[in-house]
Amino acid sequence: MMDRPSWMAVLARATEAEIEATLAGAPPLPPHRRVRGPEVGLTMLRGRAGGDGAVFNLSEATVARCTVALEDGTLGHGWRLGRSKRAAEWAAVLDALLQGEARRAEWLERVVTPLAEAQRAATARDARRTAATEVRFATLAAMR
Amino acid sequence: MYVAVKGGDAAIAAAHAWLAEQRRGDTALPELSAAQVAEQLGLAVDRVMAEGSCHDRELAALAIKQARGDLIEAAFLLRAYRNTLTRFPAAEPVDTGAMRVRRRISATYKDMPGGQVLGPTFDYTHRLLDFALLAEGEAPTPPEESEATGAPMPRVSDILAQEGLMRREPPGDDAPPPDLTRDPLPFPAPRALRLQSLARGDEGFLLGLGYSTQRGYGNAHPFVAELRMGEVEVLITPPELGFPISLGEITVTECQMVNQFAGQADTPPQFTRGYGLSLGHSERKAMAMALVDRALMARDLGEEVTAPAQDHEFVLLHADNVEATGFVEHLKLPHHVDFQSELEKLRSIRARWEAARNGVAEAAE
Repeated sequence: MMDRPSWMAVLARATEAEIEATLAGAPPLPPHRRVRGPEVGLTMLRGRAGGDGAVFNLSEATVARCTVALEDGTLGHGWRLGRSKRAAEWAAVLDALLQGEARRAEWLERVVTPLAEAQRAATARDARRTAATEVRFATLAAMR
Repeated sequence: MYVAVKGGDAAIAAAHAWLAEQRRGDTALPELSAAQVAEQLGLAVDRVMAEGSCHDRELAALAIKQARGDLIEAAFLLRAYRNTLTRFPAAEPVDTGAMRVRRRISATYKDMPGGQVLGPTFDYTHRLLDFALLAEGEAPTPPEESEATGAPMPRVSDILAQEGLMRREPPGDDAPPPDLTRDPLPFPAPRALRLQSLARGDEGFLLGLGYSTQRGYGNAHPFVAELRMGEVEVLITPPELGFPISLGEITVTECQMVNQFAGQADTPPQFTRGYGLSLGHSERKAMAMALVDRALMARDLGEEVTAPAQDHEFVLLHADNVEATGFVEHLKLPHHVDFQSELEKLRSIRARWEAARNGVAEAAE
């Protein structure tokens, strides 16, 4: 079964339109209360010198986040790059729903699994396209 | 000193209305959408995000549209927007070793673990204009595919470092790195601020400086140990959760530029490297950044500082095109009062000069 960081990652990667489309085929989301947001802000992206050395600030990025509470008090969080407040709120509601064991399997199957499969397929396609450009350079005899 | 002026409102409004009309161009042609810019002028979007120092493809595309394709103006717009947003916690450093690689090449190794993949590149094209693109044609044929091995692609610099032939990066501490947007820039500048400044610096400026190091201003003999481009995951640890979660993926380009040896009494001679990391698919920027990063290490490595690219103040205070354009372009604003005082000064100097010359002429008579 998928764990919490995994479903949050799938929801963060999915576009607003993709989440909307999968939600259209699922039961309506339950009522919830907004605890924080949805709101848009900035996070600082960071890198490491040389890829593996000391940390430096690379650039800022826009981020949308939302925290909601279900009627039973379960808190859900949605965080994602970009400015889609709708997607952040949907992700927060789904995060709260998926924490309840009773409904987890159903919501995973209805929403998260299809998104995850589409993401896996796109990643695999990119990997195959990348593999098709693998190059082997041959060194010619040195001229000197 | 700049003395403010007022007035000109009607003329300014008329100028801006005309600008809007010029931006739209011939209305017989379909209007360009920001989504089209993001999809079809993606490398311009990457550059504006990097120099505007804000990752948001849609906003960068909008800025390009609004700026009529003026990419420095677009970076300026993005920076200004960014100032309106609140700050959330910072993300974890991206792990470029775990990149979902779409392109990875090395000029130093023919064979390396994971292989070399060209990805979607301009390299090896003939740079001939493709007139087929003038016609609105059909969609291009889908790219070829072959079976992916999934073999890991370690950084080439790690391979050299394992052999002890590459100077290792000093590991950092856990303290948050200094931030150019909040902290003053001291000189000599610490590496973290140098890298941040270069990452948002103007590609053209850094390209020229990087080129100058190749041409002899700084004694560089660089090799691209590795250039890689692809997707990295952005992780953040929100305080309310206490564990890292993914915010999604971003595309970055990384360049490891190997350079000549350094060694001291206690360390054997070894390769040194400059590092470039930039948002999007931006190889020229990442390479130029790596060249200049290496040049800026001169002082740390005990090399003589002789060239512009090695001079921290010269490079870091002039790399930001938003600052540079602000200061250069402010010269267009009315400077009537300043100029009036210059005029008066010149008139008085001239009067004295003429009096002196007349005095000389009278004395000669």
